[in-house]
Amino acid sequence: MRTASLWAMFMVACAVAPAPALEVPVLYLRQEVDRPPVLSNLDPVPENLGLAGAEVALKDAQTTGKFLGQTFRLDVVSVPPGDDFPAAAAAALATHRLVLIDAPAEAQLAVADLPGARDALLFNVSSGAARLRSGDCRANLLHTLPEDQARSDALMQVLQTRQWTELVMVVGPRPADQVFAAALETSAAKFGLRIAARKDWTFDTDLRDSTLEEIPRFTQDFPDHQVLLVADETDDFGRYLPDNAWLPRPVAGSDGMMPVAWAPVLESWGAVQLQNRFEDHANRPMRSQDYAAWVALRAIGEAATRTGSADPATLRAYLLGPAFELDGLKGRGLTFRGWNGQLRQPIPVVNARALIGMAPMPAFLHQRNEMDSLGLDEPESACTAFKE
Amino acid sequence: MRLLLSLLALLALPAQAEEIWVTNEKDDTISVIDVPTLTVVRTIPTGERPRGITFSPDHSLAYICASDSDAVQVMDAETGEILHDLPSGEDPEQFALSPDGRLLFIANEDDAVTTVVDTATRQVVGQIDVGIEPEGMAVSPDGKVAIATSETTSMAHWIDVATFTPFANTLVDSRPRHAEFTADGSRLWVSSEIGGTITVFETAGQTEVGKVRFKIPGVNADLIQPVGFVFTPDGKTAFVALGPANHVAVVDTESLEVTDYILVGRRVWHLAFSADHSKLFTTNGVSGDVTVIDVAARAAIQSIKVGRFPWGAALRP
Repeated sequence: MRTASLWAMFMVACAVAPAPALEVPVLYLRQEVDRPPVLSNLDPVPENLGLAGAEVALKDAQTTGKFLGQTFRLDVVSVPPGDDFPAAAAAALATHRLVLIDAPAEAQLAVADLPGARDALLFNVSSGAARLRSGDCRANLLHTLPEDQARSDALMQVLQTRQWTELVMVVGPRPADQVFAAALETSAAKFGLRIAARKDWTFDTDLRDSTLEEIPRFTQDFPDHQVLLVADETDDFGRYLPDNAWLPRPVAGSDGMMPVAWAPVLESWGAVQLQNRFEDHANRPMRSQDYAAWVALRAIGEAATRTGSADPATLRAYLLGPAFELDGLKGRGLTFRGWNGQLRQPIPVVNARALIGMAPMPAFLHQRNEMDSLGLDEPESACTAFKE
Repeated sequence: MRLLLSLLALLALPAQAEEIWVTNEKDDTISVIDVPTLTVVRTIPTGERPRGITFSPDHSLAYICASDSDAVQVMDAETGEILHDLPSGEDPEQFALSPDGRLLFIANEDDAVTTVVDTATRQVVGQIDVGIEPEGMAVSPDGKVAIATSETTSMAHWIDVATFTPFANTLVDSRPRHAEFTADGSRLWVSSEIGGTITVFETAGQTEVGKVRFKIPGVNADLIQPVGFVFTPDGKTAFVALGPANHVAVVDTESLEVTDYILVGRRVWHLAFSADHSKLFTTNGVSGDVTVIDVAARAAIQSIKVGRFPWGAALRP
C-alpha cells in the first residue's frame, strides 16, 4: 500500500503539465457468501471474482491519472458470512463516497439505505436482480452487471435470429434458477419463441458416476424441440446436459449457448488487450463479475478525468448526462439508463470456445437505442427514484 | 494461346507496377493489389497478426507491424523477402516513420509505451511512457513532433522528437484510433472510435479547434466509429473510414462538415490512395475485402477479395 502511494506520488511529480492534484479513493465493499456445493469441482468460483476486475481498472485509471495529476486508490472491505454487513458498510462509508458493492440484492439495498450513503455514489457489480432496477431502485445505486432479463433477452434474440423458436426448459431447484427461468420465459414471450415444456431438476445423485444413464431418461419425455434451455445459475448440473440429452439438440441458458456480460472468448473491439491485462494480473480468465467491477471503476475514472472532480454528485450527474460514453470493449459506447441507473451494454452470447452473437442482434430495432431492446426498458421499469 | 498472351502481358509489365499492399490481420499475409487491373497479384506471408504497414521513403522497404510476433518486420518490397526484424517492444499495432525515414515511432498496444527505433542501426533509441493501449501514431511534416494516441486513456500524447519526452497530453473522445497531421503541419486530426468524432487540434498551441461529427440516415449513431482517414493532396478533403457503419465519410477540412457518405464493405478500417489520387482503397475487416472508390465520382466502383480481416493499407507507386 505504502509503495503504491509512493509510486502514485512519483507519477504525479513526473506528469508534464499537472492539473490541480485530485485524489479519487474507491472502495470495494464485499459481502462474502457461502456458495452451495456443486456437482463438479472443475471450475471453482475464484476468491477474487469481481475484485480482480476492479484492480485491473485501477491500473488503467492510474495510468490516465498520471497525465492529469489524478491519483486513484482502491481499498477493500470484505465482510465474512454472518457478520454485520450494514454495520461494516456504515463504517466504511465514513471514509469513502465511491463504492463498488459486491453483495446480494438485499445487502445492496441495506447499504444504499444507510444514512451515510445518501450522498455517496454506489455501484452494484454483482446482482442481476430485476427489483434493483425496478420497484426497489435507489437513486444513489447504479448497476454495471446486466440484469437477468438483459441476458435472457440477448439469448432469445440470438435464438430468434437462428429461427430456433421451439424450446423446452430444465430448471434447477435454487431460487436463482427459478428467477432466471422466469426471465427466460418473459424473454421468450417478448421475442415470439415458445417454451413448450418445463421440467424441474430434482435429482440429488452425483452425476459424475451416471450421467449417461440419467440425463437421457430425464429429457426423454420432452416434446420435440429445437433448443434445450437450462436455468442453473450456480453452475451445478447444467454442464452435464450438452451432448447428453435424449434428442440431439443444442443447449442454451446457463450452459451451452450462454448470454454473459463478459467471457474469455471475446477478442474483437479491443477485448483481447483487456483479456491480456487481466490474465497478467489475475492468472485466470476474466468473468462477467470481473467485467462489471472493471467497467464500474472505469466509469468512475472516466467521469473523474472529464470533470476533474471526485465529488459523488458531480460524477453521478456526468455519468447520467449526455456527454458520458464509455468504451467497454464490446463494440458500442456504453451509457447509463436515465430511468434506473443500469449500464446499457451489448450482451455477448457465447459457447465455451467462441462468440456466437453480440446482442442486440441486427434485426432488433429500438426507437432510442438498440441496446434498450435488452432488459428493462423505460415503460417496463417501475423505478421512480431517478426522476427528480 | 490465351496463356501465352497473358504470359506476354506479364512480361510486358514495367519492373515496378503501382500496387496497394493490404495486411490481413487473421491470415498473417499481405495481399498485393495491382492498381491498373484491380486484382490481387501476390500474397506474401508475414509474421503473426500483421496490422500497421508503411514504406520507406524510396519504397524499397516495407515495414510491417506483426503484432503477435512482437516485431516490426522489414521486407524487401521487390521480392517480398523478410530482411530482418526491428526491435519493436510488445504487441506493435501502428507506427509512423519520420519524414527522413530514419526513426520509426511504434505504438506498443499491450505495454502503454511508444518505442522509437533507428531504422539504420536497428537499435531502440527511446521508449516513452504513454497511456493504456497506445495505437495511433503520427509524425509532424517537419519531423519535430510525434503523436501517440492511447485507446483506454483517451488522450493524444505530444512527444518532442529531439528529447523523446511528452510535452503535452490532450484529452479526446473515447478510444482514439488514428492520428494525422495536415500536410502543412498546422493541424492535427485524431479519430475517436467509440466517441464517434474526430478532434481537430491547432498544433502550435495544442488547442482544440473543432470536431468532425457524423450522422448517416438509417445507421445507429453508436455504430458510426471513425478509425482511419486520409487527406487529399490539396488538403481540402478528408476521407474517413467509419468502421461498422460500413461507410466512408467525405469531410471538408475547412468547415469540418461532412459532404458525402460512400457505402463500402463491412467494418472499414483504413484507406490508401492510388498514386494519382483518382482511386481510394479501403480495407473492410469483416467482409474480408477491399472497396475501390472513384475519388472524383465519390462512389464505390469495385470490391476485391483479399485475406481474412484486412486491416492496414499502403501505396507502393
